[in-house]
Amino acid sequence: MPANGSYVIDDREKGIFLLDRSVHVSEEILREEMRKIFGKCWIYVGHASEVKKPGDFVTRKVAGRPVIFVRDQKGQVRCLFNTCRHRGSIVSTERCGNARRFMCVYHGWSYGNDGSLARVPSEEAYTEAFDKGDLGLKTPAHFDSYKDFWFMNLDPDAPPLGDYLGKTRDYIDLVVDQSPSGQMEVLPGTQEYDVAANWKLMVENSVDDYHLPTTHSTWLNFMRNSGVVMEPPKGAGMVLPTKGLAIDLGNGHFTTDNVNFRGRPVAAWIPLYGDAAKPEMEAIRAELVERLGAERAKRVADTNRNLVIFPNLVINDGSSVTIRTFFPNGVDKMHVTAWALGPVEESESARARRLDAFLTFYGPGGFATPDDVEALEMVQKGLANWQDDRWSEMSRGMGHEDGEQLNSDEFHLRLFWRKWNALMGEQA
Amino acid sequence: MSPVTRAEVEDFLYMEADLLDNWKLAEWEALLTDDAGYYIPANDDPTGDHRKSLFIIADDRERIHQRIIRVMDPNCHAEAPKSHLSRIVGNVRILAQDADTVTVAATFVCHRYRRYERMGEYVGSTRHILKREGDSFRIKERRVFLKSHELGSLGSVSFML
Repeated sequence: MPANGSYVIDDREKGIFLLDRSVHVSEEILREEMRKIFGKCWIYVGHASEVKKPGDFVTRKVAGRPVIFVRDQKGQVRCLFNTCRHRGSIVSTERCGNARRFMCVYHGWSYGNDGSLARVPSEEAYTEAFDKGDLGLKTPAHFDSYKDFWFMNLDPDAPPLGDYLGKTRDYIDLVVDQSPSGQMEVLPGTQEYDVAANWKLMVENSVDDYHLPTTHSTWLNFMRNSGVVMEPPKGAGMVLPTKGLAIDLGNGHFTTDNVNFRGRPVAAWIPLYGDAAKPEMEAIRAELVERLGAERAKRVADTNRNLVIFPNLVINDGSSVTIRTFFPNGVDKMHVTAWALGPVEESESARARRLDAFLTFYGPGGFATPDDVEALEMVQKGLANWQDDRWSEMSRGMGHEDGEQLNSDEFHLRLFWRKWNALMGEQA
Repeated sequence: MSPVTRAEVEDFLYMEADLLDNWKLAEWEALLTDDAGYYIPANDDPTGDHRKSLFIIADDRERIHQRIIRVMDPNCHAEAPKSHLSRIVGNVRILAQDADTVTVAATFVCHRYRRYERMGEYVGSTRHILKREGDSFRIKERRVFLKSHELGSLGSVSFML
């Protein structure tokens, strides 16, 4: 811990918020984070649509833990530690697939897709004390879902997922409401890339609309070139054409909630989509209005929201819907995974439009994300002076604290840091 | 017309590599047909269709033009300063040809250096659909397949790969 017991200076009277830059460079803090943040919070594992049929599985690393995210023969979605109970080897080396059994290649112990230990070669060599029933693949302490988003928690004493997610559920619902049947699916194709920066910088970046005009000026030009009208910002402190707010969702979760100007596949047409798309997009909107009522349909179609579920799940419902998660790989490196999400019943043309819109902004070849990556890497490089230049300034909009907090203020960033600071201050 | 030879398409691919390495993107753009496409599928779905699967890049002709505007803009931070690129193209093979088009496969290693650091090697293969035009070609489709399981430490594809 730092000397005064806090990594932030949070002076609400003066309206000053400062962050101790050691949080992005200290190995010791990273080790502590693995226990106090990733070992305590609900961490996103995967989406049910990634494992549609019994036996479908994907393997991935979640919070540093190799896991198998799998649907068992009975249809139950499970999260199994990908570690053999015998001598500890990874039991599934495939990235994804469909399997009834996972067999360890070392000595051949094999497990059912529900994690139970199914077979041990020449089992007769063990005594009666050897209990196969007790040697299934281990699992995280808790594993639960909300609307097909599955999370794990390593802490036996964790609160229920529903309590943890709290008000973020309303914002997940807004995303899921795009689908007439209430079912969204992860689309094929994963974007995975590293950023040479501390993982928490991605949290900030994912919701920080202050950076848009400078970091993404070439994207804004592209939007203009495509025929999108970019009104100059009108309100005090605003940096974008339309108004957007930063909203506290409790428990360290927060979201931006912006009046759309950038087009939305469901269902706000912009010239980029082409005239031919208009009738279908009108039909999509009409379906929303009929199903949800005019007001809710407007919420779904005419706002875009970047939601952060503490600590590291980002759901951006903007130019397209992206699920993004990221884990530290050392203090100055993170591994990012991003997926596209869409309604299961989407037509082929609407699906193509969604994917195309995704690539206009997001991802390692997008027109915006590479510049975010650059900005975060520049921050990490600059932080090498942290010992003599200790504090990051994060006070923007503190005068708005009791009123309307803009998306371009740093209100929501402060929410993250207050929660992070509180968890790091706990004895673990 | 006589059949296209491997040497002819090799010359073309080497010339293209030189233009891309040296950021001569206006000259490269002049090689494209009016309906050209540029695609990089996701590392985990190389055979995917960009209308159904999330790609890294899926540009139609207009988007390629906009991409060139973007990467040449000094405010494209990911490429300011510009990457130093050096690609080796090899294993060039003609997969198919008819009177109008030639489909060409090649492998490549593209070394990228930036910010006084080594940034890494992009390793993969390309598939060009070339339109025959006189004694040269124009590019109708350029598809790049990355061999790595993920982009990993390579980070972005902010240049013309």
